[in-house]
Amino acid sequence: MSTQTEQKVERVLVAPGDKLAEGDYRILTPTTAYRVGNSYYSSVVGLLELNTQEKSLKVIPLKGSYYPRVGDVVVGIVSDVGLTNWELDIRAPFPGILYAVDYLGRAINPSKENLKDFLDVGDVVVGKIEVFDRTRNPIISTKGKEFGKVVGGALAEINPVKVPRLIGKKGSMQSLIESETNCKLVIGNNGRVLILCEDKQYEDIVVRAIRKIEVEAHISGLTDRVKEFILVEKVRRGLVGNERRET
Amino acid sequence: MRGEKPRLVSEDGIRHDGRRLDELRTIKMEVSILSNASGSAYVEFGKTRVIAAVYGPREPPQRYMVLPHRAVLRCRYHMAPFSTDERKNPAPSRREIEISKVIREALEPVVVSEAFPRTSIDIFIEVISADGGTRTAALNAASLALADAGIPMRDLVAAVAVGKVNGYLVLDIDQVEDSYGEADMPVAMAPSLNMVTLLQLNGVLTPQEFSQALSMAFRGINEIYRLQKETLRNKYLVKVE
Repeated sequence: MSTQTEQKVERVLVAPGDKLAEGDYRILTPTTAYRVGNSYYSSVVGLLELNTQEKSLKVIPLKGSYYPRVGDVVVGIVSDVGLTNWELDIRAPFPGILYAVDYLGRAINPSKENLKDFLDVGDVVVGKIEVFDRTRNPIISTKGKEFGKVVGGALAEINPVKVPRLIGKKGSMQSLIESETNCKLVIGNNGRVLILCEDKQYEDIVVRAIRKIEVEAHISGLTDRVKEFILVEKVRRGLVGNERRET
Repeated sequence: MRGEKPRLVSEDGIRHDGRRLDELRTIKMEVSILSNASGSAYVEFGKTRVIAAVYGPREPPQRYMVLPHRAVLRCRYHMAPFSTDERKNPAPSRREIEISKVIREALEPVVVSEAFPRTSIDIFIEVISADGGTRTAALNAASLALADAGIPMRDLVAAVAVGKVNGYLVLDIDQVEDSYGEADMPVAMAPSLNMVTLLQLNGVLTPQEFSQALSMAFRGINEIYRLQKETLRNKYLVKVE
């Protein structure tokens, strides 16, 4: 049913220090694999994808923390309000800085206005990492219609290394969940997911599906299993009967 | 106490607990035992039991600690008050501070700390039950916990102690053998890289005994290393139906 890529690369479970290959390969994931002399080793517990034709290898980590990158979409929670900026918790080792000028689109006068009136501690903000290098804290921007303060929905967390699984190949997993449950997902690269549903029961199903993806991300055939899982959950809650007949 | 030495190794090379000279104690390892830590591990060498927890990379608690080019590794080795026969004062002793330091230095060469500048990686090791070889067990647990946290490491670190008891070199010495033995030599290494990261020697060994003890330790370490990898893999293999 689902379109599967013809060229299937075998995945092998590796641990730190495991020898991956010898010879001349291109490392696609520089933090999780490294080269000593003529040999390649893994530096994390992960899945090895060795492509002998293209002479490339990559190790997909199975657990890890979020490290910011420019261009990432992040779901942050305001942790501190300053005079001209907010600090957001983005599940990274550094706080995300959101400048009032960026958020409000105009200069503010700290003696007349209080930033607490716009965003207070605990508020959720969807933004994008605009500037980040290893000498500075990440600067978040909320320019764009999909970004800004969050006013409704549910928040779920997933290990950041599993985010690509949750999105799927070309967004296949995300669109599967969205179409099966009529919900909208905003997936932050930092592993926070904003779930916008009209029905509380669908929200529950989405949260459970996300949990399932997190636990089973390294086992193949995930999309089909998630599809089945959502269907079973819908039947269990009595949501599926009339909707199936409509479509 | 050291008046008369008990006989701990019989003529046919059997030790007081029934082990052969080059035999390890029963080893048990487990990872992800704590839900709030980024990574954690439990390691058991006979009656020595150790828990390690890793947090991070995260913001260092004090600004002055940050390093601009890499993550700081912080390590705390602590023995629980109930871990020994006689209650141990929970305040960190001189010995514990030193062991924290050597464990940190044994792990620093393998952790890819350059990937996380201006952060700290915190390792907490708690000895639940002490019966000799706690620093090596602690090191094994700490390296498992780091790997479990998904922190990039060039290799795992495995460690074991070799001792000299009644003139015999013995692998993985326990409390009794340590207190009545002539020498105690903990060794830690990163086997894939063939790199020794910790080597201490307490007591006296001749140069021949030293090299013999070292090769004995290497054999023990390879066995422990294999177990560590198996433990890390098993965590993910079980879930395959």
